[in-house]
Amino acid sequence: MAVKEIVRQAVSADGTRTIAAQRDFSWKRFILQWEWMLVLMLVIVNIFNISASPNYANAKNILNASRDFLDKAIVVFPMAFVLMLGEIDISVASIMALSATVMGIVYQAGCSMAVAIAAALLTGVICGFINGILLVKFPELSSMIVTLATQIIFRGIASIILETKSVGGFPAWFTQVAAGKFGGMIPYVLVFAVLEALFFAYLLHCTKFGRRCYAMGNSVTVAKYSGVKTDRIKVIVYTMTGLFSALAAVYLASKMSSVRPDVAKGYELDIIAMAVLGGVSTSGGKGRILGASLAILVIGYLRYGLGLINASSQIIMIVVGALLIIAVAIPSFRTSIGNANWFKKLKAMGQKK
Amino acid sequence: MRNVSDYILELKGITKIFPGVKALDNVHFQLKQGEIHALMGENGAGKSTFIKVITGVHRPEAGEIFLNGEKVEFKTPKDAQNHSIAAIYQHGTTYQFLSVTENIFIGHEKMTKFNTIDWKQMHKDAAELLKRLGSDIDPHTNMGNLTVAEQQIVEIAKAISTNAKIIIMDEPTAALSKRECEELYRITEQLRDEGCSIIFISHRFEDMYRLASRVTVFRDSQYIGTWDVDGISNDVLISKMVGREISQIYPKQQVKRGKEIFKVEGLSKTGYYKDVSFSVHEGEILAMTGLVGAGRTEVCQGIMGIERPDSGKVILNGAALQIHHPSDAMKAGIGYLPEDRQKQGLILDWGLGQNVTLSTLEKFTHGSIINRREERQRSKVLLEKVKTKALSVYDKASSLSGGNQQKVIVAKVLSSDIKVVILDEPTKGVDVGAKAQIYEIMSELAAQGYGVIMISSEMPEVIGMADTILVMKEGRVSRIFEGDEVKGITQEKILEAAMDM
Repeated sequence: MAVKEIVRQAVSADGTRTIAAQRDFSWKRFILQWEWMLVLMLVIVNIFNISASPNYANAKNILNASRDFLDKAIVVFPMAFVLMLGEIDISVASIMALSATVMGIVYQAGCSMAVAIAAALLTGVICGFINGILLVKFPELSSMIVTLATQIIFRGIASIILETKSVGGFPAWFTQVAAGKFGGMIPYVLVFAVLEALFFAYLLHCTKFGRRCYAMGNSVTVAKYSGVKTDRIKVIVYTMTGLFSALAAVYLASKMSSVRPDVAKGYELDIIAMAVLGGVSTSGGKGRILGASLAILVIGYLRYGLGLINASSQIIMIVVGALLIIAVAIPSFRTSIGNANWFKKLKAMGQKK
Repeated sequence: MRNVSDYILELKGITKIFPGVKALDNVHFQLKQGEIHALMGENGAGKSTFIKVITGVHRPEAGEIFLNGEKVEFKTPKDAQNHSIAAIYQHGTTYQFLSVTENIFIGHEKMTKFNTIDWKQMHKDAAELLKRLGSDIDPHTNMGNLTVAEQQIVEIAKAISTNAKIIIMDEPTAALSKRECEELYRITEQLRDEGCSIIFISHRFEDMYRLASRVTVFRDSQYIGTWDVDGISNDVLISKMVGREISQIYPKQQVKRGKEIFKVEGLSKTGYYKDVSFSVHEGEILAMTGLVGAGRTEVCQGIMGIERPDSGKVILNGAALQIHHPSDAMKAGIGYLPEDRQKQGLILDWGLGQNVTLSTLEKFTHGSIINRREERQRSKVLLEKVKTKALSVYDKASSLSGGNQQKVIVAKVLSSDIKVVILDEPTKGVDVGAKAQIYEIMSELAAQGYGVIMISSEMPEVIGMADTILVMKEGRVSRIFEGDEVKGITQEKILEAAMDM
């Protein structure tokens, strides 16, 4: 109510310039969204997959295939937040390994599975918190260096605890978590990942917290001068990333029904690649959860499809790498299309008529 | 067939359109051989776009460019360079981590016969160029170690190293001290005497009177006219630039001083400031002045909790505040307009609306969801209140001129419920018209009972606006002029306190 009143005052005051609070729908803006490119990629990948294996074109198979990459997907969303701040976290895979290891030994020590899972999540939270605190306390260190160090440390601890052994023998219900499906169709974890995506989309696009993250990614100084508690946000984002890494570790342990200190090795690269392909800028301040979600599907199903034709893991790596370069190159290409002279000339011609 | 022309450079009917905005509308310009030609106009009048047309950065939609009477077309900045045109920008486009020599010769390095870079020759040539400009800068030093003034000299050296005949200087004096300005004047005149033609952009009338023989004025993307500097007065020029008479540059309202609302006691931070105490009353404008480096900005950043002070008290409405972070200060009711609007005040990539609401998001948040509609409406109202020149709340902050950017930050500060507002150099780099509007807003704030603290180095605005003048010197309060003392104050008295002669 109060707002409406002020609006009227401003308009009635003479000599005031009016500033539009709405903007018209623009086809150009709508079409030039990165997400369309991802949709296109997803279509191409799926056409490829269908031609590679006729059995693929079947809802059950497609849904089932998602189990392959959901462990990474769980970490992509918090990673998008980290990148949004203009930071990076390459320790996520090591956090997964350490959390899984802790879960294993806690279970082995005779505790219930629930306690073991709680211990894993707590481990993830602590690891993420340590990353965040280190970054805040030593602002001169880049997040690349700090998380590179903790990446080595966390996995090192996991290796000390378990050496080269593995822990298994988890209860049957636990291994069912990864295998279980609603109605025999939809994997439990897929539902979890969708809910997670919705939660992060809400957090990033609708809340104060998300807006402040965007602000920090654009300029930490401006954010601080605007009263944003930048240190606190950084710690929260890293802690959140630790927690979800641990969740992914629990899923991975359930899927493999055992834990080893070398699980999830190299996952951080795929996770970061998914976020970046999704349009999240590594220099901060840009990106959307929808894009990240689509990119998970693109890379996930691409890997799955290459597996269908028995491509070697080296080939898969090369393809994913090439895709990433395209993803980074296209946005700049897109801007040049947007600014191209022919576009303006066309527009000018339209105005003349 | 070559036409003989009086002008080394002539632009006719230049029109440049950006999406939604006509940045230049049928603009003309004529530069004579060997003259210094001042180009003036408010921020946003189109000067920068115009320069970018001359240097080939932008291609105009319509219009013609003639060099020595010959029609030319610049498709890229390189084309303009090949025609001996060089520009020196206000915010240097230099490489801070490279040496002076490298900065001068970047893009046209000298080579030995083995096709390696001839460092010896380049250092020698660089030293010679600098010497020619009367400077003794060591060509081996890193650019980042030089002062702004010295960096500009290097840029000028770079321009003459490319044999530029037409040199454009975009607000070169904005960041210079008085003495450095004199140095720049001398060099500019030397370049003219050596046969260069110079386009000199500045907001300072002093520059124009000192250097230019002719002046061209742009306003609202249009060409207003060209005059001989000798035959034109300050007032006439201002009215040409603003398009109306500015009756009163300092529109100070008479406000009755209310009760004391804000007080600082014994604020100290080792190495920056010591034992700073002062108070502000409702309706009072307190100007903090002093030489650059006297600690004014640091004190205010201490008050805001950006760089926390070691000791001292900040008291608002009689209650001592615990300020650990800028958000504490804002919540308590202290607003701050930072000195560097591009690095500290605005997210340039964002729309105006989101910039305005960044520090007050909780006002539009229900539960934890931001109500975007409400946010847009609120920012629209605030932006209109400070008379921002923009089309919509979605306009990017980077698309606005300096003066308008400053107004956006003022709107941002006003979005919080503040009682005291600290304005750090609010009119720095802002054109005449926007300046007057910022003074008006300041005056209006005081009239509404806010306590206003203005940090300023510009004596006329300190004298014109302040009720109380606090002079700082080397981190301490040197003198506070109050009441009747302010009425009869002169620049000399303030300077005396600032320098303690």
